[in-house]
Amino acid sequence: MRIEANTDVCIGAGQCVLTDPTVFDQHDDGIVMLVTKHPEGEAAQRARDAVQLCPSGALSLIEEPSEV
Amino acid sequence: MTETASITTAGASSTATSGPGSGEVTDAEFPVERGCPFSTPAEYEQIREHAPLAKVRLTTGREAWWIAGHELARAVLADRRFSSDRRRDNFPFVSTDPETRKQLQDQPISMLGMDGAEHAQARRALMGEFTVRRMAGLRPRIQQIVDQHIDEMLSSEQRSADLVEALSLPVPSLVICELLGVPYADHDFFQAHTGPLVRHNTPSQVRVRIQEELNTYLGGLIDRKVADPTDDLLSRQIAKQRAAGTFDRTSMVSMAFLLLIAGHETTANMISLGVVGLLQHPDQLAKIKEDPEKTPPAVEELLRYFSITDTVTARVATEDVQLGDTTINAGDGVVISGLAADHDPTVFTDPTRIDLERGARHHVAFGFGPHQCIGQTLARLELQIVFDTLFRRIPTLRLAAPLDDIPFKSDAIIYGAEELPVAW
Ligand code: HEM
Ligand code: SF4
Repeated sequence: MRIEANTDVCIGAGQCVLTDPTVFDQHDDGIVMLVTKHPEGEAAQRARDAVQLCPSGALSLIEEPSEV
Repeated sequence: MTETASITTAGASSTATSGPGSGEVTDAEFPVERGCPFSTPAEYEQIREHAPLAKVRLTTGREAWWIAGHELARAVLADRRFSSDRRRDNFPFVSTDPETRKQLQDQPISMLGMDGAEHAQARRALMGEFTVRRMAGLRPRIQQIVDQHIDEMLSSEQRSADLVEALSLPVPSLVICELLGVPYADHDFFQAHTGPLVRHNTPSQVRVRIQEELNTYLGGLIDRKVADPTDDLLSRQIAKQRAAGTFDRTSMVSMAFLLLIAGHETTANMISLGVVGLLQHPDQLAKIKEDPEKTPPAVEELLRYFSITDTVTARVATEDVQLGDTTINAGDGVVISGLAADHDPTVFTDPTRIDLERGARHHVAFGFGPHQCIGQTLARLELQIVFDTLFRRIPTLRLAAPLDDIPFKSDAIIYGAEELPVAW
């Protein structure tokens, strides 16, 4: 599983950082920054939650079956 | 779902009381009174049982679509075909009185009322001020503010207080004023001016006068910060815009105004209602007192349960939009009821029950889509610190009046409590 962040639509609400700061962070201007694109274990589940919670649709998941 | 999109122009509001007719699910005029904090209005349930959306009559004499389902609420709030511009005809709840409408047209709009690229630009300019990291840095100062106010409560000999005045209002007010860079001496002025602005029944002349007074004050404050910058949000925003050659005093005033209003009454009301909610559930409260790690999920649940900004999230369709079987016509007003969405039983099991360990964060108490609350991290932090500190330092805190006697703001745009008598 890989996460993609579309920084053009991020609105800096910080929902993702709140969900898992080991996966998501924010630049000083508030825009999302991925700490890792490939979270594992519980972090992977939380990253999935973050994608659902993100209000702007900035986050997406790309399943990479070979890696699971 | 039987509605189709033939919105009848709302003429004289019907006085018929013979139950749902003419394609409407309820004869009630919205917003309806909210009443007790532990029940949702019967009309909300009536609509929900009927469909995830329905057409309703508004107190302004117009009609609007009422979105009751959670999934649909998130979809509409994220859909850019719906506009936040309150100057558009049919924007729900905005007065149809020509005088008021003219005044609205003349005012500079804030981020809250912008759409698309204009909104993105305004939001991006401000976003950096509200990052999770920056907000976490405010924790010690917020803790200090909360402690000072609780010290004051504890020093009173009566062992009782009105919590609204003692804690709920002054804490968020001080926090937002310090963040913006409003001098301490002016806080009373703000508190007196923001209250009437968030009530439905404040006469429009009073509303306009207060708004003008606040704008004049903020204009003066901004001028002082242009001349003599300090270390605060307003000074930083001014410096940034001046460096980019985009400084505009009028839009700076409207931004400061928005932050002040949005950051103050909301959090204050959540503090009061949260305390009521916690005190009414002593078993659950006991768990939080034991383990502060349980506070953040409890805050989420209280936000969901009370959804205090309920009908603030309103929009106007800019083109025809198909929602399931229903067509929303271009120009139709839409109310996305946060309270209805957050009590959707298909999404939140047993929604009318407060379950502080529910741990659900997909509520829409802060909205959804591009306008989702920019201050949500700050609000969460304030609420967590207040609840933790209040019940740790005053473990015997209790309501000093029966629930029925507490004046809840059933007519307010932002739901809350007028006064909250407590004792310990
Ligand atoms: C419990 C407290 C709060 C609640 C329930 C709340 C709720 C909301 C909601 C529902 C919206 C979306 C409105 C819409 O979509 O039309 C919103 C937007 C906003 N809120 Fe909050 N809010 C709270 C606290 C704060 C605080 C503390 C601040 C500022 C420091 C703030 C500043 C704003 C601003 C500036 C917007 C407009 C954002 C935009 O248009 O992009 N709010 N809030
Ligand atoms: S939750 Fe979405 S909008 Fe918010 S900061 Fe993260 S990516 Fe950006």
